[in-house]
Amino acid sequence: MAEVKDKTEVQNKKMVVDEERCKGCGLCVNVCPVEIIENAEDRINQNGYHPAEIKPENQDKCTSCTQCYQICPDVCITVYKE
Amino acid sequence: MMEKVASYPDSLTEKKFHYCPGCTHGIVHRLVAEIMDEMGIKEETIGVAPVGCSVLAYDYFDCDMHEASHGRAPAVATGIKRVHPDKMVFTYQGDGDLASIGTAEIVHAANRGENITTVFINNAIYGMTGGQMAPTTLEGQKTTTSPYGRNLKEAGNPIRMTEMLSVLDGPAFIARVSVHDPKHIRQAKKALRKAFRLQKEGKGFTMIEVLSTCPTNWGIKPQESLEWLEEYMMPVYPLDVYKDIEEVE
Repeated sequence: MAEVKDKTEVQNKKMVVDEERCKGCGLCVNVCPVEIIENAEDRINQNGYHPAEIKPENQDKCTSCTQCYQICPDVCITVYKE
Repeated sequence: MMEKVASYPDSLTEKKFHYCPGCTHGIVHRLVAEIMDEMGIKEETIGVAPVGCSVLAYDYFDCDMHEASHGRAPAVATGIKRVHPDKMVFTYQGDGDLASIGTAEIVHAANRGENITTVFINNAIYGMTGGQMAPTTLEGQKTTTSPYGRNLKEAGNPIRMTEMLSVLDGPAFIARVSVHDPKHIRQAKKALRKAFRLQKEGKGFTMIEVLSTCPTNWGIKPQESLEWLEEYMMPVYPLDVYKDIEEVE
């Protein structure tokens, strides 16, 4: 898990999802105040769920409010702030 | 340079939760783990896991854990706390465990004012065994054992454990919180933090009832279940602090 975090930290994302932990429940999708989180339609994880993600073009809009982290039942979100 | 503002707490192991997608057990696990992190008590905490969906809680909390038989977590926690009065002891129980088979244990542990903290997850249904009617099931709520909805004449009224225990003299802090949105999750964490703090100060029994969801057995989507909780459960189980010894005088 630590590996995933480190790899994505380099990519300068504000919200990082541990995709193998995510169960695609969509609670973060609904709670996001800027509505940029979505379930990835193009891939599934090992358990067959569509993981949550923020598309690269929307990364700038993230305000690091941590609401998605708060609601995530599987604690798979890490939030960074600039 | 990016600064980390929220991440996986140290007091949870790296094991993936087995809970269904959208189940709020995970949120409560995180809150308890974060409090252990903040108070720096991971190494001195002993948790007692129940029987129910959260039976595997001992795999997830990275502190010492003990498994109790069904409903007996407060009795086991009493023993642990009396042998190790310097340790923090908490039980993590569901509504089938605490409000049904374990009613006697919780009532007497609370009445004796045992210096333990109970985290009580109320999702108005038996989750692990496949959605049977629980003592906390709402009037008219359909479950596998109440297919026409809970009939109060046959099955009695939904039991309000928090109100019940708050009239006893033993407890120090009893509150009901919810985890259906980030605002309420923050309030839930505040209540849990206070419960652990009071235990550390040796003030007595503390219990936090957390209104929780069960999308799988309620038969609705995760997001809809949060809305269902707010619309139907909160009027029956009002959120409040029911007992707080720090409020007196």
